[in-house]
Amino acid sequence: MTEIFGFPTQALFGQLLVGLINGAFYAMLSLGLAVIFGLLNIINFTHGAQYMLGAFCAWFLFERWGIGYWWALLIAPVVVAITGMVIERTMLSRLYKLDHLYGLLLTFGIALIIQGVFTNYFGSAGQPYRLPEEFSGAFNLGFMFLPKYRAWVILASVIVCAGTWYVIERTKLGSYLRAATENPSLVQAFGINVPRMVTLTYGFGVGLAALAGVMAAPIYQVNPLMGANQIIVVFAVVVIGGMGSILGAILTGFGLGVIEGLTKVFYPEASNTVIFVIMVIVLLIKPAGLFGKEK
Amino acid sequence: MAEPIAAAAIVPRKPAHILFGIAAMAALLAVAPFVGIYPVFLMKALCFALFACAFNLLIGFGGLLSFGHAMFLGTAGYVCAHAAKEWGWPPEAAILAGTGASAALGIITGALAIRRQGIYFAMITLALAQMMFFFYLQAPFTHGEDGIQSVPRGKLFGLIDLSGTLTMYYVVLVIFLGAFLLIYRIIHSPFGQVLKAIRENEPRAISLGYDAERYKLLAFVLSATLAGLAGATKAIVFQLASLTDVHWTMSGEVVLMTLLGGMGTVFGPVVGAFVIIGLENYLAGFGQWVTVITGVIFVVCVLAFRRGIVGEIAAWWSKKKG
Repeated sequence: MTEIFGFPTQALFGQLLVGLINGAFYAMLSLGLAVIFGLLNIINFTHGAQYMLGAFCAWFLFERWGIGYWWALLIAPVVVAITGMVIERTMLSRLYKLDHLYGLLLTFGIALIIQGVFTNYFGSAGQPYRLPEEFSGAFNLGFMFLPKYRAWVILASVIVCAGTWYVIERTKLGSYLRAATENPSLVQAFGINVPRMVTLTYGFGVGLAALAGVMAAPIYQVNPLMGANQIIVVFAVVVIGGMGSILGAILTGFGLGVIEGLTKVFYPEASNTVIFVIMVIVLLIKPAGLFGKEK
Repeated sequence: MAEPIAAAAIVPRKPAHILFGIAAMAALLAVAPFVGIYPVFLMKALCFALFACAFNLLIGFGGLLSFGHAMFLGTAGYVCAHAAKEWGWPPEAAILAGTGASAALGIITGALAIRRQGIYFAMITLALAQMMFFFYLQAPFTHGEDGIQSVPRGKLFGLIDLSGTLTMYYVVLVIFLGAFLLIYRIIHSPFGQVLKAIRENEPRAISLGYDAERYKLLAFVLSATLAGLAGATKAIVFQLASLTDVHWTMSGEVVLMTLLGGMGTVFGPVVGAFVIIGLENYLAGFGQWVTVITGVIFVVCVLAFRRGIVGEIAAWWSKKKG
């Protein structure tokens, strides 16, 4: 068996792949957080619960109505986004004039409610979600086997992230969004319905989380607390990247996933904490985050 | 400028009222075990009340929302339990060791966290606490999921045997009241006033020549130390230090207690802690519904009840008096 630095290449590439997969989820989740934060100025603590909702939605669709993976990819994000927009309209919108920390507290409470209800009905054990037929099997790359589904997850998340970046940075709609981020009242004066844009933006961010949830369903077990621990790591990712830039959130997400994966090979004991350690280092060197702007 | 968090803080114009309130609270707590309230419940509530008061010092007067305060509660608990059980230290030394450990952790994490503000501060403290959680999960001395069990209560100062429930209760009460008075003193000291000034308008406080960073760090360390005192006391009382106390849900719980009782009020955290601990006791048989109810209280508090119980009463009172 070939080795690199005394570690078998098989394990190295295997963990690199796991890291890329995790990174794909970090990227999509932190991207959603960044989009929401940009316009609403709140940190959406419910994000983890909404990621879980996406996975559960896919699971329900299949168990109840036999609706498969591809439709779930479309239906689940829309359903979860709608519930998110209801939350935004009925609750979050009342808090915009207050300290942004209240938004954090509110979304934390909502996350507890959602996770509590699901834990009541499903326990903390996971529900398996079957891999779609077309993804069984793997590509032989010569130096390793790449399971088809994992390849798809990485590809799809890159497409989603790139698409989001393109819409926000390069289209007319995105320019409205960026303008509203800078100065909402001025944008409103130009006749753009900012409150509706805020609602749709929240829905979009939440939908991204749900989409990540559907994609995660066949890989991880679908369980009520799958988002709870994930979201704390994503917060660290967001602190490292800084929420100023869309591209920053994407790159930081993938990068940290890979670093985490490599840590599993070289020093497994630290694999749970490595992202937090990096956060500490970044805070010491560049408190605003790698891509953040100092105010 | 958005209304800053905990702006509902009532500035007590008559400290005499507060001192009277503290005396009344002390008297009530002193007789509580004799009017049929279970001392073990009281001890638990007092430990959490102290924890919430420590947290309130930071949010209510420093305007800093920490979402990782469980790390101080848990760290002190582990160090105290380890010192008492493995090294055979007497309870006062073990509690001191635990509190000291949290103070040290407070210096390190505080110096990092105050580099960012607002939402970032909350996320950073949460992430640091999660890092500590994973550390304790893996470190051998914590015994992982089992925790450090059957910690000896020992004899306080080599004289007072703490194995009796009532004796233990009064020791906890003395610790709680001592810490409560200390917090009261801190709030009303010039230091506390500067802290409030920084919360209200940081650039202005800086332009007046105050080193805001240093004040914030000191507030953070004080808060961490007192949270540690609560955690160490709790470890001796329940003879247990476990992962529950370092988990993020615990960090959320202390936020809830303070929010419900009234952020920035003197008595709010105590009221909030008693209500939440009472509720958890009462609902213990309902399993995960407790989490749901906790979440609902959060949502209701944030949407309609931001001043908390004590804050609302104080507002109602001053309105009535015109």
